[in-house]
Amino acid sequence: MSIHEQQEDIIEEFGLFSDWMDKYEYIIQLGKELPLIEERFKTEENLIKGCQSRVWLHAEHKDGKVWFTADSDAIITKGLISMVIKVLSQHTPREIVDADLYFVNAIGLNSHLSPTRSNGLLSMLQQIKSFALAFHLQQINNAKS
Amino acid sequence: MITSVLNTAELRKDFPLLEQSVNGKKLVYLDNAATTQKPKEVLEALNTYYEEYNSNVHRGVHLLSQKATDAYEAARTNVAAFINAKHSHEVIFTRGTTEGINLISNTFGRMFLQKGDSILITAMEHHSNIVPWQMICEERGATLKVLPIDDDGVLKMEELPALLDDKTKLFAFTYVSNSLGTVNDVHEIIAQAHGKNIPVLVDAAQAVQHMKVDVQHLDADFLVFSGHKIYGPTGIGVLYGKEQWLNVLPPWQGGGDMIKTVSFEKTVYNELPYKYEAGTPDVSGAIGLSAAITYLNGIGLEAIEESEHELIQYALEKLTAIEGLTFIGKAKDRAGAISFLLNGIHPFDVGELLDKQGIAVRTGHHCTQPLMDIFNIPGTVRASFAFYNTREDVDLLVAGVRKAAQMLS
Repeated sequence: MSIHEQQEDIIEEFGLFSDWMDKYEYIIQLGKELPLIEERFKTEENLIKGCQSRVWLHAEHKDGKVWFTADSDAIITKGLISMVIKVLSQHTPREIVDADLYFVNAIGLNSHLSPTRSNGLLSMLQQIKSFALAFHLQQINNAKS
Repeated sequence: MITSVLNTAELRKDFPLLEQSVNGKKLVYLDNAATTQKPKEVLEALNTYYEEYNSNVHRGVHLLSQKATDAYEAARTNVAAFINAKHSHEVIFTRGTTEGINLISNTFGRMFLQKGDSILITAMEHHSNIVPWQMICEERGATLKVLPIDDDGVLKMEELPALLDDKTKLFAFTYVSNSLGTVNDVHEIIAQAHGKNIPVLVDAAQAVQHMKVDVQHLDADFLVFSGHKIYGPTGIGVLYGKEQWLNVLPPWQGGGDMIKTVSFEKTVYNELPYKYEAGTPDVSGAIGLSAAITYLNGIGLEAIEESEHELIQYALEKLTAIEGLTFIGKAKDRAGAISFLLNGIHPFDVGELLDKQGIAVRTGHHCTQPLMDIFNIPGTVRASFAFYNTREDVDLLVAGVRKAAQMLS
């Protein structure tokens, strides 16, 4: 599924619930599907700055695609990062760097998350993009040499 | 059965903000330790001031300025009576508790703190009663010492005598803990400090709205609180200081109103209280705070204390029944706040799901990071109460916490 299709998928799923408690139920459920980061990668380095709860993110570049794993000590945060990874994982660095992430707004998360959470979500997205950018630049350099 | 000494249901109607829905649910406001809502009386006082006599104080000869000055000084007298200060000029209007503490740390610190001296605080202080002292200690080469707490969140009073040594120049401590709800034995603490000729600063930000505070009875040297936590406007606060201290201490901020005469060679400072109120003060804030105090006097602090005590006992009892819930802070003598955690669940998760159910609580470290470190937790969920909270609010909180626990486990 493309990044666009993944986003459409999530928007549709969210549309099924009218009550925010149900939407949170869904976010929590997504958290349980999060591809968990290996314990050895839960380092200070992999902690995302700007999150009130602790979030670790690890990225691996294999077969031309980026694979993300993560974890958090807060369950809702785990759900949010799972959602982001669902959309962005297993795509090429270029696709991730160029991705227009409209689903966060479209499902109304922006206005419903507490400011600390939405800042955290933003930090997560930035971290994912910067991983992808690093892999992308590496690819270009490798191609040159 | 409602046994409250106050007709809370009736009193709630004085607070327009409480009559609203949040996320489609009836608002349950339990973040009163952060800030309280304002009764109509306060809103009307602010409005009347701006509609009818807004003017600068202590300056003009015109009628409006006179009216504004009279109201501003009447506010000071009202505050003085509220805390039973001996003189109204012992009441200095500030921006809030934080500014009051900074005023004393700067003036007292520069005058009396020498290299090798120390300032004593407690382990349960708000950042506002830690950082200003750290700053002045660093500047003066002094040390900040801390009276520890036990596992229940109660001060280890047995360690106090040794900490009140001859290097200690001042003891600054909170009356009521904003994170734990612990009420400290302020009389005993002050008696011990004074026994060694050490002055005290009492942070009463979480006390004055919950119980009668009498500065003369306490024999407090300095006492500070914020207007917005006692049903008044934001931006106004009070520093009480004994006349003999405030007369000795140097001025802090310089500017208009705090001077008698100014020449380029020499400025003669004004007397109390103006010496500490440089610039145009928060006139409307002082008038709003005064209206809040008059409103509270009408209800009676004793009745408020009794009613809130009952409600907190009820809340403790109901919350105790929730499986996996741990209280952070288990003092017997308590007021205002109840902090708790759900087994292995991050406080942010609980807070967020409570918000979606219309329940406003605070989650996080509550500006007491060192205290959270002592308990080795990232923060707590804190429900904090005002006299307008009802048993129904508590029931909704308990149901909300149960729902969150079920979703998050």
